[in-house]
Amino acid sequence: MDFVNAIILLLNYIFIPALTYGSQLALGAIFVTLIYGILRFANFATGDMMSFGTMATILFTWYFQSLGVSLGVLPTALLAIPFGIIFMILYMLLIDKFVFKYYRHQKSPPVQFAMVSIGVMFVTQAVVRIIIGPGDRRFFDGEKFIIKAREFKEMTGLNEGLALKSTQVLTIFVTIVLVSLLFWFLNRTKTGKSMKAYSDNEDLALLSGIDPKKIVLVTWVIAGILATIGGALYGLDKSFKPFTYFNNMLPIFAAAIVGGIGNPFGAFLGGYVIAFSEILLTYAYKKFFMYVLPESMEPNSLVQLLSTDYKFAVSFSILVIVLIYRPSGIFKGKVL
Amino acid sequence: MVGIFQSWNIALSIFNLCLISAVMTMGANIQWGYAGLINFGIMGYTALGGLAAVLISVDPVQEAWRAGGFDILMSLWLIVVMVLVIRFILKRFEKSKIRTYSIAAIIISGILLIRFSAEPGIEAIEAVDPAKTGFLGGFGLPIIFSWIVGALFAGGLAFIVGKVALGLRADYLAIATLLISEIVIAIIKHEDWLTRGVKNVIGLKRPAPYEVDLQTTDWFIKLVEKFNAGKLSVIENLADRQAALNQLVIEGSSVFVKLCYSGLFLVVVIILLILTQKALYSPWGRMMRAIRDNEEAANAMGKNVVKQHLLIFILGSAIVGVAGAMLVTQDGLFTPGSYRPMRYTFLIWVMVIVGGSGNNFGAILGGFVVWFLWIEAAPISLFLINFFTAGIPETNALKAHLIESVPYFRFLLMGLGLLFIMRYRPKGILPEKIEIK
Repeated sequence: MDFVNAIILLLNYIFIPALTYGSQLALGAIFVTLIYGILRFANFATGDMMSFGTMATILFTWYFQSLGVSLGVLPTALLAIPFGIIFMILYMLLIDKFVFKYYRHQKSPPVQFAMVSIGVMFVTQAVVRIIIGPGDRRFFDGEKFIIKAREFKEMTGLNEGLALKSTQVLTIFVTIVLVSLLFWFLNRTKTGKSMKAYSDNEDLALLSGIDPKKIVLVTWVIAGILATIGGALYGLDKSFKPFTYFNNMLPIFAAAIVGGIGNPFGAFLGGYVIAFSEILLTYAYKKFFMYVLPESMEPNSLVQLLSTDYKFAVSFSILVIVLIYRPSGIFKGKVL
Repeated sequence: MVGIFQSWNIALSIFNLCLISAVMTMGANIQWGYAGLINFGIMGYTALGGLAAVLISVDPVQEAWRAGGFDILMSLWLIVVMVLVIRFILKRFEKSKIRTYSIAAIIISGILLIRFSAEPGIEAIEAVDPAKTGFLGGFGLPIIFSWIVGALFAGGLAFIVGKVALGLRADYLAIATLLISEIVIAIIKHEDWLTRGVKNVIGLKRPAPYEVDLQTTDWFIKLVEKFNAGKLSVIENLADRQAALNQLVIEGSSVFVKLCYSGLFLVVVIILLILTQKALYSPWGRMMRAIRDNEEAANAMGKNVVKQHLLIFILGSAIVGVAGAMLVTQDGLFTPGSYRPMRYTFLIWVMVIVGGSGNNFGAILGGFVVWFLWIEAAPISLFLINFFTAGIPETNALKAHLIESVPYFRFLLMGLGLLFIMRYRPKGILPEKIEIK
């Protein structure tokens, strides 16, 4: 019985949260990696673009709520996401037309692109804060839990409860669907393949008649979908605050680079690598050992490898280590 | 200008921060403009400079040292031993998998060992009067020294970062430095025994006199009286005149203190300007430009690119460290929670780009212009909003919302400014000038 308790404990506090957080990171990381692979720059506006998409979603959610439309047990935000995506894509295309296009035609070095994306970051941040304000917003409605900790205890008679939030299930489910669709698109359709070709070798791709304008357009569309859904899921699960989104850019970058930048599948896995290592290293295992070990060997301390304050630092350290020893990432991405 | 419209006090505090920003910008400019190294870790070096100010100027907390000093020294000793062992292994053995793994094992076991040996000490230190101290304190020296120590701290960190990350391509270097600076901030925020963490350190010593002391000093009151003789003589009533004088003395004292700071900061800026200008036009500066413009050619000419990159990375970061110490000196408090990448990394980069990379005067100009706009963006945009919506009644929801979100227009202004400069004047307001003699 103790052993089952220990497993449930780990599931409840490590596995499910990490899987959720990892999915959210993975969506952002694929966004970063696509922009990097095809448009060839590190997009420092990632976090703020995600917050823009989420903001649009929230505004539509409020609109639907005021109309009295709801999805019952599911959050209304799901209905608003498609509209949020449209706004996000329009915003991205606008930015691309007025800002990035010029530098693409100039064939500027990536550093210059990165600088420009910082300008975009400032502007987006301002736009989001002016429209919706810097405060914390919760826009979740519908049923909160699928399994409640107390009910689970009563049901199974175990000491440890397992709580399963509907947002967690939603996040994981949507991520799986979205990512499978994306990989199907990239590997099976003609446009997807030409995107890959363009990413591998621009000149060759142009020679074989691939239209760069279309590639760029499609990239921004996919990026808009990923950014909005990733951002909205994060906001549903936790809460929406522009500053947190800006900060999330850092683990997202870490995930993209750890997975091998330019490689969408690597970025997808990178998100989970970062999320799991963050949570595994900062979790206090005391209770776990109390269940597993005999009473005489129970630990006195919290058995926590690092204090939770260093959660972010963990992912950054992983990134630094990967950058030094395997700059192309765990799953071969673009070699530096 | 602000002095006339708002008050001299505000004008001077903006001016002081402009000077500090100018120093930071010069540091970043050395790295980016001279050598083409991109450093997004400015925040980390600024915070280290601030930490230096705390460690130098605060009086040592005897009790805390007694409680946990030994454990901390022990851990420091362990770290030194660990580094020496790793160096020894690196030197003695050929590169192999076993070597890599054994180094990793040493690091991990070392960290665990340090954690276990330091934990009781840290807890003991943090338990010492946590509302007031709860940390080791510093050396109790005048805070001015911290400007040099801040440079050393930042330079030391830059040495480590440079060794690790300088081989990376430019945009990876940017990300790596950004993340490393976040790690530094995380450590400063949460290692309470060293920095008091988010509990902040307040009431640091000052290199300038205190306002309260000034207000009771005779020569200062006389000075204020002399300056305002014309204004005071208009007031007939003696009591009124005395009251007016008192008011003026209070205002004057804070202006005077700020002037003291401005003087100190100006000295730093001028010294740095002279040094950097000399360096720019020296053979060393020419070499740096050669390396920036064509690394391979410079390498072929026998210049050690790696070493020079490391050197300039350390120098630039050290200057940023000085600025960080200056900032804490002027504020008189150290608040680890306030170090945010927006303000301390990206804003400085806007300054560098707007001012003109590679040009020291451009860096200073960028520091001044951008900081001024950053502060004054809110009043300016408030004015503009009021101006354009003059016809709309006060109760209009849109107008009220806009006025409420006035503080965020500064981000918009900075972003648009950066984008426009990048597009139409990519070399900045004052572009780099290379004199060919």
